[in-house]
Amino acid sequence: MVLIAALFVQAFQMALVVLLAPLLTGFIRLVKARLLRRRGPPVIQPYRDLLRLLRKEVVLAENASWLFRVTPYLIFAATWVAAAIIPTFATGLIFSWTADLIAIVALLGSARFFLTLAGMDVGTSFGGIGSSREVMIATLAEPSMLLIIFTLALIAGSTQLSSIAAFMTSTQAGLRVSLAIALIALVMVAIAENARIPVDNPATHLELTMVHEAMVLEYSGRHLAMIELAASLKLLLYISLIACIFAPWRLASPGAGPAVYLAGLLAYLAKLAAGGALLALFETATAKMRVFRVPEFLGAALMLALLATLLRFVSRSL
Amino acid sequence: MTSVSALLSCVVALLGTAVLAVPIVRSASSTPVVYGASLVFSAVAFVIALAYLATALPAAEASALVLPLGLPWLGSHFRIDALAALFLVVVNLGGALSSLYGLGYGRHEHAPHRVLPFFPAFLAGMNLVIMADDAFNFLISWEFMSLASWAMVMAHHRDAGNRKAGYLYIVMASFGTLALLLACGLLAGADGSYGFAAMRMSDHTPFTTGLVLILLLLGAGSKAGLVPLHVWLPLAHPAAPSHVSALMSGVMTKVAVYAFIRVVFDLIGAPTWWSGVIVLVLGGGTAVLGILHAMMERDIKRLLAYSTIENIGVIFVGLGLALAFKANGMGLAAALALTAALFHVLNHSFFKSLLFFGAGAVLTATGERDMDKLGGLIHHMPVTSFLFLIGCVAISALPPLNGFVSEWLAFQAILQSPALPQWGLKILVPAVGGLLALSAALAAACFVKAFGVTFLGRPRTIVAEQALEVDRFSRAAMSALAALCLLAGILPGIVIDGLAPVTLSLIGDRMPVQTDIPWLSIVPVAESRSSYNGLLVFLFTLFSASLTAYLIHRFASRRLRRAPAWDCGFPEVSPATQYGGGSFAQPVRRVFGTLIFRARERVDMPAPGDLRPAHFAVETHDLVWEGLYLPIAGAVGFVAEKLNHLQFLTIRRYLSLVFLALVFLLLVLALWS
Repeated sequence: MVLIAALFVQAFQMALVVLLAPLLTGFIRLVKARLLRRRGPPVIQPYRDLLRLLRKEVVLAENASWLFRVTPYLIFAATWVAAAIIPTFATGLIFSWTADLIAIVALLGSARFFLTLAGMDVGTSFGGIGSSREVMIATLAEPSMLLIIFTLALIAGSTQLSSIAAFMTSTQAGLRVSLAIALIALVMVAIAENARIPVDNPATHLELTMVHEAMVLEYSGRHLAMIELAASLKLLLYISLIACIFAPWRLASPGAGPAVYLAGLLAYLAKLAAGGALLALFETATAKMRVFRVPEFLGAALMLALLATLLRFVSRSL
Repeated sequence: MTSVSALLSCVVALLGTAVLAVPIVRSASSTPVVYGASLVFSAVAFVIALAYLATALPAAEASALVLPLGLPWLGSHFRIDALAALFLVVVNLGGALSSLYGLGYGRHEHAPHRVLPFFPAFLAGMNLVIMADDAFNFLISWEFMSLASWAMVMAHHRDAGNRKAGYLYIVMASFGTLALLLACGLLAGADGSYGFAAMRMSDHTPFTTGLVLILLLLGAGSKAGLVPLHVWLPLAHPAAPSHVSALMSGVMTKVAVYAFIRVVFDLIGAPTWWSGVIVLVLGGGTAVLGILHAMMERDIKRLLAYSTIENIGVIFVGLGLALAFKANGMGLAAALALTAALFHVLNHSFFKSLLFFGAGAVLTATGERDMDKLGGLIHHMPVTSFLFLIGCVAISALPPLNGFVSEWLAFQAILQSPALPQWGLKILVPAVGGLLALSAALAAACFVKAFGVTFLGRPRTIVAEQALEVDRFSRAAMSALAALCLLAGILPGIVIDGLAPVTLSLIGDRMPVQTDIPWLSIVPVAESRSSYNGLLVFLFTLFSASLTAYLIHRFASRRLRRAPAWDCGFPEVSPATQYGGGSFAQPVRRVFGTLIFRARERVDMPAPGDLRPAHFAVETHDLVWEGLYLPIAGAVGFVAEKLNHLQFLTIRRYLSLVFLALVFLLLVLALWS
C-alpha cells in the first residue's frame, strides 16, 4: 500500500513537471510582454505551439542520420528523468535515490551531449556554430555547478536532494555566507544553462547571436516539439532546483496526509510563479552579452562557486 | 598448479609465440597464427587472473614462486596478490581484445614483419612487470616492455614523424627506467636485498620515502604520461598500428599506474601527507592540460593519446586523495578514493581501447587520420560509428555508462576531505575538485568534436564518401568493449565489490559491501546516504524515451519528408563550410588557450573591393615543450659540443687528464670519510 502510494506520488510528479513546463514558459513570456507594455500572447500559447508542431510533418534534411532522429527523444527523456527526481512538492520520492544531484547534472550533460551532436549532424555551418558555442558555455557552467553541489553537499552532508532539502528546512541550516554565494552562482549557471538573456536569447533567430536556436535550426514537426518541451522542462527543473534548496518550505514528507500534499503543491506553484516573474524581470532589465563576454560572466560564477566551497572547507560555520 | 605458475605458463607461451613468429613472418598465414595464439593465451591468462581476484579472500595467501633464473644469488621471484591480479585482468583483457581486433586489422598491415614478433612479446612483458616480485625482475621486464612497444612505434619508420616519435620515446623510456632503477636502489637499502618482500619489511626514513616518491613520479609518471613528462606520449602512441596504440594507451599506461601503486601503497610503508599534495597537484594539472591539448588536436589518434593523459590525471587525483586519507588514518575515505582510481583504471582500459579500435577502423576505411578530411561516416560505417559513439559517451563521464561512475566516486571522495587536518590539503582539495570537474566538462566537449567532425555532417573528401564498414573481427572486438562499458556502468556495485580485496590489502579498509544494497544501488559511505543507481537511470531513461517515442508516433503526425537542409534559407554548397576540428575548438581556445598555449590569431582581411584572398592563422605554443625540453636539449647539445674536443687530445694531455681525475677522486674519497 505504501509502495503504491509512493509510486502514485512519483507518477504524479512526472506528469506534473511535463504539464507545467509549457505553462511556466508561457507565463514568463507574458510577464516579459507586460513589462515591455505589450499585451503578449495568452499563457497557454506554448501548449498550442506544441500541439501544432505535433500535427505538422517533419521535414528532414537529406543528410540527416538516425542520430538526428533519435536525439529529440533522448534529450526529452534525460531531462524528464532528471526533473522527475527533483523534489518539487514532496521529498523522499521513490526514485530519488536512483540519482543524486551530481547525477542529475550529468543527465542534463548527456542531453546536451546529444543536442550538440545533432547540431553537427546535418552538416551546416549554423549547427556547428551553435554546437561549438554551447560546449564552450558548458565547459564553464558544469564545473561551476559541481562546485556549487560540493558546497551544498558539505553543508547538508549528502548529495541527495531530498536530504539537502530536509536539512535546509531544519534549524541547523541558518544563514551562511557560503550559501548566499552559492545561490548567486547557481542563478548565473541556471541562466546560462537555459539559454536565457544575457547569455543567449531564447526569442532570437538572428543567426550570429544565437546558440541554442542555431543547434536546433534543422528540426521541425514532432522533433522540434520534443526539443521545445525539453527546453521548457529544463527551465522548470532549474527553478524547482533553486526552490527546493533555497526555499524548501511546505515540502511534503513521505507518508503525509493529502492536505499536506495539497499545501506542498500550492506552495510549489507559488514558487514557480515567483521564480518565473523574477527571471522575466531580470531579462527585461539586462541586454544580451557578446558571445565572448559569456566566459567572463561564467568565470565569475566559477570563482564564486569555488569561493563558497573553500569557505566550507576552512570553516564549519560560514 | 598455482595461479602464478599457470600465469607464467601463459607468459612463456606468449614469448614462444613471439619467437615462433620470427621464422614464419614472411608467410601469408603468419598474421592469423600470431594473433590467434596471442588471443588464446591472453584469454587464458585473463580467466586465471579474474578467477584469482574473484576468489581472493581478505587474508588470502599471495601466490608466489621463485625460479632459479636471473641473478645467481637472487633467483626470479614472481608473486600474485589482489593488486597484481586486478592489473593482470586489465592487461590480458586488453591483450585478448587487441589480438581479436588484430585478426582483422592486421590483414591491412603492409609491414607485418615489423609488428608480429613484437606484439606477443609486448603482452608478455606487461604481464611480467606485474608479476615480478623483485627489483631485478621488475626492471628487466619493464625495459623489455618498453623496447617491444618501441619496436612497434617504429614499425612504419619511413615516416619522419614516426622516427621522431620513436627517438623521443626511447629517450624518455630510458630516462624513466633510470629513475626507477634509482628508486629501487634506495628502497633496497644498505643490505642490498632486492626482493619486494624485504623492501616491504624494512623501515625507510622520511627522506628516502620522499626521494623514492619523486623518482617514482619521474619513472612511472613518464610512462603513464604525467605532465610535464607527457611530451613523448602523443607522438609515440598514435605512431604504432591502431591495436598497438590501444594497448599502449589503454593498457601500458595502467602498468605504469600499477608500478606507482605497488611502490607507494605497498613497498614504502606509511605515506606522509605531503606526498598526497604532490600527487594531487600533478594529477589535477595533468587532467586539465591533457584534455585542453586534445581539444586543440585535429589528428584523431593524437586526440585520443592526449585524452589518455587527461585520464591518467584523473587516476592520479584519486591516488593522491587516497594517499592523503591514508596518511591521516581515514581508512574508509582512503578506500573510497582508491576504489575511484582503480575503477577509472578499468574504465579507461575499456573505452580508450574501444576508441583506438574505432580510430583504426576509420583509418582502414579511409586511410585518413585528419578529422578535417573526414565527416559523414555514420552513413557508411553504421556499426563502427555506433560503437565509437558509446566510447565517446563513456569517456565523457555521462550516465549511465561507466565513465560517470568512477568520476562520481572521485567526487564523493572529495566530499570526505573537509575532515583532513592539514590546511594545505583543505585548500588544495576543492581546487583539485574544480579541476576534475573542468576536465570532465572539457572531455565532453572534446569528444563531441571527435565524433561530430569525424562521423557526422557531410563528407569532406572523396575517401570519406567512399568509406566501407570494417571486417567482423574488428567489429566483434569493439562490440565487446562497448558492452563492457555499459555493464560496468549499470552494474557498478559488482565492480566495486571486485575491487574490495585490493583496497583491503593496500589500505586495510574497504567500501561497504554493495551487492547487499537493494536494487543494485551504490552507496559509497553509508552514513551520508549519497547513492547512485546506474541500472535504474538506464532503464528509467530508456523507458521514458521509448514511451515518448511511442506516444508521439501513435498520436502525432507521422509524416516525414526528405528535403535539402534549411540552413536559414542559404545552403552552402561546399562541405568545407561545415565546422571542422579547428573551428569547433575556437571558442574553447579563446577562453583557455590564450593563457595556456599563448594562442594568437592573425586575421588578414582585405578591404571591400580588394580581390586578394583573406588569411587566417592560429599560432599556439606548447609551453612545457618550449620551457622545459628545449632548454634541456640545448644544454645537452652545448655540453656535448664542448666535450667533443676531448676526442682530439694528444697522448700527453690524455695522461694528465687521467692523473687529474685520479687526484680529484682521491680527494673526494678523503673528504667523504
